[in-house]
Amino acid sequence: MDIAFIIEKFILVAVIFGISLVIAMYSTYAERKVAAYLQDRLGPDRAGPFGILQPLADGVKMFMKEEIIPTTSNKWLFIIGPGLALLCACIGTAVIPWGSPMEIGGKIVPLQVTDINVGVLYIFGVVSLGVYGVMIGGWASNNKYSLLSAIRAASQNISYEIAMGLSIIALLLMTNTLSLKEIVNQQHGWHWNVLYQPLGFIIFMVCSFAETNRAPFDLPECETELIGGYHTEYSSMKLGFYLFAEYINMFVSSAVMATLYFGGYNYPGMDYMATLLGPTWAPLFGTAILFAKIFFFIFFFMWVRWTIPRFRYDQLMNLGWKGLIPLAIANIIITGVVIAIIEKF
Amino acid sequence: MSTQVFYFVATLSILFSLLVIFAKNPIHSVLYLILTFFTFTVHYVLLNAQFLAVVNFIVYMGAIMVLFLFVLMLLNLNKETEPVKSPLIKIVGVIAGCCLIVTLVGSFKAATITSPLILKNPGLGLVENLGKELFGPFLLPFELSSLLLLAAMVGAVLLSKRDEVEA
Repeated sequence: MDIAFIIEKFILVAVIFGISLVIAMYSTYAERKVAAYLQDRLGPDRAGPFGILQPLADGVKMFMKEEIIPTTSNKWLFIIGPGLALLCACIGTAVIPWGSPMEIGGKIVPLQVTDINVGVLYIFGVVSLGVYGVMIGGWASNNKYSLLSAIRAASQNISYEIAMGLSIIALLLMTNTLSLKEIVNQQHGWHWNVLYQPLGFIIFMVCSFAETNRAPFDLPECETELIGGYHTEYSSMKLGFYLFAEYINMFVSSAVMATLYFGGYNYPGMDYMATLLGPTWAPLFGTAILFAKIFFFIFFFMWVRWTIPRFRYDQLMNLGWKGLIPLAIANIIITGVVIAIIEKF
Repeated sequence: MSTQVFYFVATLSILFSLLVIFAKNPIHSVLYLILTFFTFTVHYVLLNAQFLAVVNFIVYMGAIMVLFLFVLMLLNLNKETEPVKSPLIKIVGVIAGCCLIVTLVGSFKAATITSPLILKNPGLGLVENLGKELFGPFLLPFELSSLLLLAAMVGAVLLSKRDEVEA
């Protein structure tokens, strides 16, 4: 492990970290603009041209607000909760391949922090860990509404994790690998997995909505029933951490969906572009394509949020256990049978 | 390097498992147990058993402990609700503890310093090799254990259904 390797990875991690924070920041702005557009309003337009300085103003506001820790709360866990939520949101980016290896000054640099051979499962583990931030924060607040919300979050997360895992299994039957880099490379050009796994993709997408606590699955923060949900007692930047974690989660799950099902940094005609742009700029163009896909998914998350009303709790559980899990199992069986038939002939 | 990391993580494992027992609050106990499982995951990574590490991470840390926490949060255990233990139970506890100490001392006396375990095939813990092992030489035990899990699942569903019919 030489110094150059560590510096290279350090720069990559810092860049990815910075990009995800900036995207999360501007997702709050985009969310308000999309909401405004769908509701025929203007949205934020005071701070800077078109209101693009609004996230900065919000950030300053978050830091300046008085910080209140309820006296009956469990102080340490109350502080750990939002920190854990943000941490779990950020570490998911480590295994996503952001682009094909790039040539910088005669040196090939992979645009991926680490290519572990269980990449898909790593993402899955990080997702399942994400609920602890909500649970610990909700319990430590010592507030009935927060506790109810924490329990809702936990049961929702566990229910939809199963369907999510099953939908990935059908994909893995086709790819024969758990490494995200190899999965992306198999989708060279236009051979995107969504063309072969449309049902699997829909199940995976619905489950990622549930795992990120986004509408219509945002029952843990259902304000008509639970005041503010698990962050009722939170104020200042701790509240900001929770809100930020949600947007980073949205970014990471968009990236995972784009990587697993929509070809990652692959696009039709990439071989021609590679000869045209050369080994330095072509990978960057691929990365730009990946980000375009990610932005589309983020927009889709917002579009759904402002279109579909929230589920009732029993509807949520029915959809998860009686709808998505049987569908996912059927998808596995169909995929398995088709692969067996193709291999036979 | 690897040995030092092992000793550091092993110390943490023991520390957190002790905290699981000594924590007064059951929720804290569960949280320490989660940390203990996390150190186990690190042990698996050190042994190059990546698949086992990540499965331990998902199943134990991500699913089972969430359910533990879930149940404990609903129970809301306090000092007041804790049943008063009779002196008889305390005496039984002391005797059982002494027996445990005798057993532990006996086993430590018999223990000798072993040479570190060296895997014949360092890539055994990778997904591909593990799958080939499970579906090759160990196919029957693997299928039997999956049958056992299925039976447990059906049993759990049946038990919860019966209550519903009676009520």
